[in-house]
Amino acid sequence: MIELWRSIGWRGQVPLAIALFALICAPVIADRYLLSVLTLILYLAYVGQAWNLMMGYAGQLSLGHALYVGLGGYVAALLWLDFGVGPWLSVFPAIAVGALFGAAIGWLGFRFHIEGVYFALLTIAFAEFTRIACDNLAFTGGSAGLFMPYVEKLAGEWWNLRGGQLLFYYLALLLAAAAIVLTAHLAHSRLGYYWLAVREDERAARTLGINSFRAKMTAVLISSGMTAVGGVFYAFYYNTLFPSQVFDTNQSIELILAPLIGGLGTVFGPIVGAFLLTPVGETLTTLAERLGVNLPGTKQVFYGLTLMVIITLRPTGVWPWMARVLGFGNRAS
Amino acid sequence: MFSLYLNVISQGILTGLIYGLMALGLSVIFGVMRVVNFAHGEFAVVAMYATFLVFRYYGLDPLLMILPLAGLFFVVGYALHVTMVDRFVGRAEHEQFILLVGLAIIMVNGLLMIFGPDARAVNLPYGLDSYLVGPLIIPKARLYAAVAALVLACGLFVFLRYTRTGTAIRACVDNLVGAGVVGLNVKRLYAITFGIGLACVGAAGTLMVMIADAEPSLGSAYTLLAFIIVIIGGLGSMTGALVGGVLIGVSEALAGFVIAPSMKSMFSFALLAAILVLRPQGLMGRQT
Repeated sequence: MIELWRSIGWRGQVPLAIALFALICAPVIADRYLLSVLTLILYLAYVGQAWNLMMGYAGQLSLGHALYVGLGGYVAALLWLDFGVGPWLSVFPAIAVGALFGAAIGWLGFRFHIEGVYFALLTIAFAEFTRIACDNLAFTGGSAGLFMPYVEKLAGEWWNLRGGQLLFYYLALLLAAAAIVLTAHLAHSRLGYYWLAVREDERAARTLGINSFRAKMTAVLISSGMTAVGGVFYAFYYNTLFPSQVFDTNQSIELILAPLIGGLGTVFGPIVGAFLLTPVGETLTTLAERLGVNLPGTKQVFYGLTLMVIITLRPTGVWPWMARVLGFGNRAS
Repeated sequence: MFSLYLNVISQGILTGLIYGLMALGLSVIFGVMRVVNFAHGEFAVVAMYATFLVFRYYGLDPLLMILPLAGLFFVVGYALHVTMVDRFVGRAEHEQFILLVGLAIIMVNGLLMIFGPDARAVNLPYGLDSYLVGPLIIPKARLYAAVAALVLACGLFVFLRYTRTGTAIRACVDNLVGAGVVGLNVKRLYAITFGIGLACVGAAGTLMVMIADAEPSLGSAYTLLAFIIVIIGGLGSMTGALVGGVLIGVSEALAGFVIAPSMKSMFSFALLAAILVLRPQGLMGRQT
């Protein structure tokens, strides 16, 4: 970590330290609503980073990442509701289940050479399959979903994630920061360079002796496990889980917007993307409501437009361009 | 009991032919220019709403709407390709995906803003009539729609096989560089291909609304469905798209009947996973 910190130089260190300080102090001035928006941004930055590891670095397009959010959420919620197991413990089985599904998809895909768009379709198929299964299984509550009831006795148990906005804000900040550190670390590790080699030219990578199956598999495992942790956060933060919501393809798309807009395969892309996209979306919704336009879908139309404009004008994302303009050296991106 | 299953299967076949026409559009676009139209199902839903509006205000039979709407969608597809999609041909898959998903999101939510989330139905005057063939009960609307889909698919087949433009498009598939060398205007041919693809899905949407209600949320489901059909049938195989469509139509109908309607697409996904693993080139695809 210290080495990472040194590597970005003072031009990177100063703004990074200021941003981190501002985020840590944000609750002092921010009201509840602003804090909830910030929590959402940091959550999206975290799961976006998990997806970024798989797609941005290892080049494997997954369009079913909602699957891991849903699995993590369901495992944690069921353990909590049925056995009273707290999230600090249930996060481990959640990671295990998420990674298990990730392993199954990865094994099918990489073993049978299902690539690119086909692989993406396989990931969607798994997510949809699980959604329909959860919709119809009794122990997951069916399509009525799961609710985490508010129990007064447990209200203050912050160690069981039964707390207010502030708790979840700092947890999301911790997750997002940890994801950035992990990504920065992996990006400059041997594994990270393997990923880049496989992403750019898998055949050449294999010729050089890289075990591409293992490299891609590791990416899927890390990414799915990380996303499952996001699912645990989701379950305890929102207290409700509906199959049609958590496993939905729209959820998968929402998860990947931040890294796509910020910049794939960059350390800071996902968080920059989340900070650009979410506030504008929220502002737009509020503005539309103020103007008396209360049509569902306004925000989504804006998201769609943003996607089309960004991919046409800046296909590599906003962050690499921003980093260049602001003069943060190469390592920062 | 046996005749009940027979009825379920025949309905599945008829629905499957319409699915097949929809998938054909995706297959042509993907097969020729290697771009996945991730807004495919959304275009079908737009066509459904267009047909619904015309039927509601002018009482025009959807069958008469097929050709005008297909023509309109061709023009839209051509224009869309020239203005946006063309610069993405040959680019990374995820970039194409983002462009078209962006378009899909705008279309679905645009429909949601205009029409609301409720289902809209076209109540045909012959909507409840049916033919009795032995033990089979065949609803008229479904039969007409399926026959129209089959005729259109055959028309597309003849076009690609026997006309100069069709031959030129196939040449681009077989050897893109060679096609450019002999002086084919690849960009224009791609635009025509995209137009044809959208014309197919426009016609399929018009037919679909004869047998199903229009809802904004159907878009992504249809996109997935068309994609699954194309992969099951085999990429670049036109008969494959129709066979895949029928197969999915029947499996959906049977699963909906035997198990539960809400679980019908599960079998499509299972079928997809099995095909990807066992026969990745699809049932009728060429070995690559």
